[in-house]
Amino acid sequence: RQFYQRARRRKKLIGNFQNDLYDQCLQFYGQPPLENISLTEFETFAVERLKLLKTVENVGVSCGKSSEQYTKKLDAEISSLNFPHRGGISEYEKRRKDHISHFILRLAYCQTEDLRRWFIQQEMDLFRYRFNCLHSKHKTDFLHKNNLKYETVSAEEKKNLKDKLIASSYGLSGTKVEEHDVYKVPFQDALDLVRTRKVYLLAGNAYIPHHEIVTIVLNDFRTRLSKALAMTARSLPAVQSDERLQPLLSHLSHAYVGQDYSIQKNIGKISLEQIDALSGKSFPLCMRHLHKALRENHHLRHGGRMQYGLFLKGIGLTLEQALQFWRSEFVKGKVDADKFDKAYAYSVRHMFGKEGKRTDYTPYSCMKVILSNPPSQGDYHGCPFRHSDPELLKQKLQNYKVSPSGINQILELVKGMHYQLACQKYFELTHNVEDAGFSLNHPNQYFTESQKLLNGGRDIKKEVDMSQRSQENPASVTHPSQANSKQAHEEMGDLDSFFQDE
Amino acid sequence: MMPTSDYDPACLPDLLPLYYRRLFPFSQYYRWLSYGGVSKNYFQNREFSFTLKDDIYVRYQSFTTQNELEKEMQKMVPYKVDIGAVYSHRPSQHNAVKSGAFQALEKELVFDIDMTDYDDVRRCCSAADICSKCWTLMIIAIRILDRALREDFGFHHLLWVYSGRRGVHCWVCDDAARKLSVAARSAVAEYLSLVKGGEETLRKVVLSDPIHPFINHSLSVVERYFQQYAIVEQDILGSKESVDKVLALLLVQFPDVFICLCVSVKSSIKKGGQYFDKEIMLQYCYPRLDVNVSKGVNHLLKSPFSVHPKTGRISVPIDLKELNTFDPFEVPTISLICEELERPTADEAEEDDVKDKENEQEAGERRRIRDYKRTSLAKYVKVFDRFLEAMARSWKGEMLKKSGELETSFSVFLTFMSFTYT
Repeated sequence: RQFYQRARRRKKLIGNFQNDLYDQCLQFYGQPPLENISLTEFETFAVERLKLLKTVENVGVSCGKSSEQYTKKLDAEISSLNFPHRGGISEYEKRRKDHISHFILRLAYCQTEDLRRWFIQQEMDLFRYRFNCLHSKHKTDFLHKNNLKYETVSAEEKKNLKDKLIASSYGLSGTKVEEHDVYKVPFQDALDLVRTRKVYLLAGNAYIPHHEIVTIVLNDFRTRLSKALAMTARSLPAVQSDERLQPLLSHLSHAYVGQDYSIQKNIGKISLEQIDALSGKSFPLCMRHLHKALRENHHLRHGGRMQYGLFLKGIGLTLEQALQFWRSEFVKGKVDADKFDKAYAYSVRHMFGKEGKRTDYTPYSCMKVILSNPPSQGDYHGCPFRHSDPELLKQKLQNYKVSPSGINQILELVKGMHYQLACQKYFELTHNVEDAGFSLNHPNQYFTESQKLLNGGRDIKKEVDMSQRSQENPASVTHPSQANSKQAHEEMGDLDSFFQDE
Repeated sequence: MMPTSDYDPACLPDLLPLYYRRLFPFSQYYRWLSYGGVSKNYFQNREFSFTLKDDIYVRYQSFTTQNELEKEMQKMVPYKVDIGAVYSHRPSQHNAVKSGAFQALEKELVFDIDMTDYDDVRRCCSAADICSKCWTLMIIAIRILDRALREDFGFHHLLWVYSGRRGVHCWVCDDAARKLSVAARSAVAEYLSLVKGGEETLRKVVLSDPIHPFINHSLSVVERYFQQYAIVEQDILGSKESVDKVLALLLVQFPDVFICLCVSVKSSIKKGGQYFDKEIMLQYCYPRLDVNVSKGVNHLLKSPFSVHPKTGRISVPIDLKELNTFDPFEVPTISLICEELERPTADEAEEDDVKDKENEQEAGERRRIRDYKRTSLAKYVKVFDRFLEAMARSWKGEMLKKSGELETSFSVFLTFMSFTYT
């Protein structure tokens, strides 16, 4: 009976709590959560938010951030992971999870500049998405409830400035100006819009239409989060000394946070004929090695098939191409077409998510290649900088025409166990640049950056003459204008006679 | 037409001491940089840098009083004086401060328009030379930037200064301007930038719909001067090379002169954007700023009333009301004003009587005030005075805000009195 009474009382408390604490769908995460939670909840919440943020990142890269696809995919992920979103009646639990998980991830991601930058970027994108989903009225409510003192412009002033407002703000029409609020904000609070001249300025104030107020709010969000993370980092030692939390936080922040290339870009832009050439110019050493082994032996074992197959998927091969590629190679060896279709085709389809329900068919990151599944005799997978004997590595680099001094630099890095830096150095030497310009942590990233460099900043082209491109210099901004001027000069030919008489 | 003494850089060692003793307007200068005493130690924490004889450069100079500033400048006789930021501590003691604690806190928002940045669009001169024909570019720059800084950004206290050779500087002295962050300064400079690209870029201005009101305002200024500048002064149609350049931008049409050329070029017209004529005008005339000068809080810029060692001209304030008649070649040189100083005048005898009744410093000041008034420098100091008067009114407001009304009205009264003293 006592228990029943207590349960009833607690329910009532929660009821009140619900009304106050999580009355809004969206929040600024100003106050940390004050309740006790179980370790299970701690872990689950954190992992689920991390999944959400990774989706935010991937979807943002593969679709435009305001496209329909983006909306659909994020909606789906937010719902499936049980996060709050378009506002509903029974959102209390979701909002609580949103609140708590954000703060847990702060602990995991405050420690280094890279982690902080990544975390802030994804949280901002998520916030922007959720803010834009709010109804206009709820947006205003949110601003007021959070003490964002953005003054609205009077109807009369709006009328006087209507033409100027329309001429300065993208996507603003006469009706929008009349119907929706326009905010007046000191220009110092709208620097991004001022810098790009996308806003009307008068007497030191920026006039921001309703649909753009999110930019201002986001700046605010970023500033606050940045400061908060710096503070969290300072109090982190105390948290890390808790043995229950330390392994979890460590696992969370070591999880690969870059792009995971699971969602394909550039599908079908590569033809199979290009792969040999590409392997020499744009593949990282591990994949070049695997490709060579496949061509020579007409076979690769499971580990090699996984590592190389997923990589190929990541650079844009379609399922049909992949099947053709593997079959044509295996068939040259000891495997006949029938056996291939029975045994190996299945695993290729698997990689493309067409069989079973694998959770992990994303191309391997460097971390994964280096740390898991070391190769044994007869294997060609792994990271050559990590797994090859230095002498063999040296020979291979010599075969690939890397300069002796370059080889020494690479071997030094390998000795210091800086495998990814060694690969980056390999990139620099084979592309003839002093600085790769990126921090290598994924084989597909190597490929993308290499293509970017060799194609002068443009995306992968279908017909690529690799030997020509390798001499090109990365600065590509001048090309279009040079082309124009050349054309113009040609057309001015007949004007020569005009001046001849002088 | 004022007679100009020929300036010889070799005379600087003789002229500068005289200039700093009797002509440099120290009391106005000090009043400016103290900003009404609204912030404590504002003058004391200001960095100055001096370039001495033989190109010796010294930074982190700072002074506690006007008197100290005068004495040091008279002693060191700098060839060039630069003004830097107001720091967290006295710059002259920066080595004693724990590293990281010595920070630049505030500084005026500044702009530097340099004629060499326009070399690709002026035919009359290049590099350090300027002439009356290309000076129009400075007029255009000043008009456009002055309007934008006042009307768009809401700044009130702008001091435009002739650099002494090939450009102009703008010092935005509002309280809000002095407190701007690096990001804010850079955003303002980018808002004001329209001409982008270096040697390799042919088409440096790109306009698209909708045209921002700022661009329209700027265009109306450029249009007023374009005919005079580009067609007449720069004669951009005067040679094949120059025409090629113009046509390479796919000029659409302009005054009658172009129409006969347009026929052969008609096919190219369609390829350009709809605002080609406006883009060309802007490319030829729109101000070119160096964003780097504006964005740094600790950036050092040549001080007003500094002497330009190569030309001998004083960096004088420009009166915007007389902008159309401002002639950089009429700006006095240090040799001229030193010469004018030596000429006796009638009223001198009277003032000598009053001299005995005042203390030495005041007497010195009075004398100096009398001195510059006898020279061509006078009218420029007047411009500076007017600028200070306008700012003083805003300091009054600040002071009242900061402390109780009763307390400050007395000090404000005194401050006011000293302004009207001259």
